[in-house]
Amino acid sequence: MDFLFYMGDVFSPINFGLLMLGTIGGLILGATPGLSPTMAVALLIPFTFQLEPQQGLILLGAAYTSTVAGGAVSAILLKIPGAPANIATTLDGHTMALKGEGAKALQLSFLASAIGGVFGVLLLIFLTPVLAQWALAFGPSHLFWLAILGVTVIGTLDSSSVVKGLLSGCIGLWLATIGFDDIMGAQRFIFHPAVSGGINVIPALIGLFAIPQVITMFTKGRSSDDAEVIGVKKHPIRLAVLEVLKRRTALAIGTITGSVIGLIPGVGGQIAGLVAYDQSRKASRESAKFGTGHSEGVIAAESANNAMVGPSLVPLLTLSIPGSPTAAVLLGGLLIHGIFPGPDLFMNYPQVAWTFIDSMLIGQILMCIFGLYVAGLAASVARVPHGVMAAVVLGLAVFGSYSVQNSMGDVYVMASLGLAMYFLERFGFSAAPLVLGLILGPIAEANFIQGSMIADATIGKTAYFFTGWLNWLLIGIVLASVGYSIWMELMHRRYTTKDDAVAKEEALS
Amino acid sequence: MTDLPRSQHIVASGLVAAIGIAIAWVSFTQEPAQAFVFPRLISSIFAVLAVWTFGKALMGKTKVGNGISAASMRKMLPGLIVAIVYVFWAAKFLGFYTATAIAFFVLLSLYDPAPHTAAKSWIKRIAITAGFMAVMYGLFALLLNVFTPREILF
Repeated sequence: MDFLFYMGDVFSPINFGLLMLGTIGGLILGATPGLSPTMAVALLIPFTFQLEPQQGLILLGAAYTSTVAGGAVSAILLKIPGAPANIATTLDGHTMALKGEGAKALQLSFLASAIGGVFGVLLLIFLTPVLAQWALAFGPSHLFWLAILGVTVIGTLDSSSVVKGLLSGCIGLWLATIGFDDIMGAQRFIFHPAVSGGINVIPALIGLFAIPQVITMFTKGRSSDDAEVIGVKKHPIRLAVLEVLKRRTALAIGTITGSVIGLIPGVGGQIAGLVAYDQSRKASRESAKFGTGHSEGVIAAESANNAMVGPSLVPLLTLSIPGSPTAAVLLGGLLIHGIFPGPDLFMNYPQVAWTFIDSMLIGQILMCIFGLYVAGLAASVARVPHGVMAAVVLGLAVFGSYSVQNSMGDVYVMASLGLAMYFLERFGFSAAPLVLGLILGPIAEANFIQGSMIADATIGKTAYFFTGWLNWLLIGIVLASVGYSIWMELMHRRYTTKDDAVAKEEALS
Repeated sequence: MTDLPRSQHIVASGLVAAIGIAIAWVSFTQEPAQAFVFPRLISSIFAVLAVWTFGKALMGKTKVGNGISAASMRKMLPGLIVAIVYVFWAAKFLGFYTATAIAFFVLLSLYDPAPHTAAKSWIKRIAITAGFMAVMYGLFALLLNVFTPREILF
């Protein structure tokens, strides 16, 4: 029960102030279409440099949690999901708002988010130490395969094309090798002085997530969404609480689905929300009402997308393998404070780890309280014209990247990677595996070299890397994820025409 | 799929394939070889996948990615030019705050949907720019103590 021991730290004035700041800011950022949770957290990292490690993580964790929930505001009041995780919320949430039940939909969404989120964080609290203990048995070969697994799972499951997903992962792994080799001190791929020290992860993350979004906003020209913010009438919170309790099947389905999906690397909140919505519809006695402004739809979708937040951090905190792009960004936030997550995180930095996790638990409750009050403000922010938002994000990206090391080189790296990523995305490549490759590359290489040395002195490389049940299990998962994705792609190709694929791509972009 | 995205796919995947081959070539020719063991492994897979993608693009079998339409290009180009000049030249040579203020105002003028003919719109843009700069100065110069390149104007 270590988490109870450190609970008091969350309520120290600075920590609690940062938690509130992160929660309120995250709710507003989350409501803004185009500002994804990953991008919001990436832009916030430079503001954590001056903070203590746990303070920085509290801010980032609160922002992550509340941006996911804040996306429901614009989904309900504007029919524009603030993040992909809120797509399923739009289906019933906006219809409820059109029927004059906007306040009720918002209350249900925040209550369901908080319940799902608390469950997810409790899962994180109880699973993490067990897995961390288990992970102590991992040797270099296992860590190498685990890093490769992280890249391939996201590369295959998170991308529309298996080959392009894996290729994106390879680009990330290659970018991670730029700079000086750790063992020989040899220069590798230093084609510009800006990358002589290697590619700094924080500017790279900011560039890869923020700049493509800025350019996408440019492509919308001088148009505005012109979406009308639907006014909300007062609705007693007591009735919303009773409604959530009455719809406990939808809540349970959403919470469990989100938690399970959160544990799987590469499968994001968008999938969690849509799967929970679909399962809840199938299990409901009022399935015909789904899509017509039914409260179960909002409860299932929102509980799912917040329930996945906690479990999505389990692989990061136990195995140092980020299971999602946002977890990768949080890893960046840990690394700048010299903290490397993994099996011994809870032994070496128990205060940092447990205060961070506890803050996420308290953050869920704060998010529910503040969410109801800042929803109106958040919806107004969501109507800010694209041009203003693009200029703000660009300015923050430039200042944020520069402030990492007071280096113009980092700004150039941020802008170059972001520019390249925009064009790569237009041709089916994906940022998530590239980021995972960039972050996991050094882990994969260090363990590959270390494993090779051990293997050369003992049983040989083939036996060392390809035998043993744990190696087989990890290799099996890598092959299964690639095989499953290829099979899905072939099945998809069989049943869809090129025009369907193009239309789907356009809808997603 | 029209011919335009197909030709774009060929160019894009051709560029990625060229980079993949170049990286593989560098990995296998540079010394000391021990420092390039991991890059060789990665670049081999990179090159194979990139050439595979290029081959698919040549045969017109690429299904993912819409490319860039001429209309999108026209809309993004002014902003892109301003952003590139701001990041790669102005920020260093004019100073961060001066360059950011100019770039921010120009981007607002280019993309803000408010009419260009109304004086009120221009006053609003100047006010938003001033407000944004005040926030950035407060956050980065006062709160985070970030020393930015010397300003040209002061």
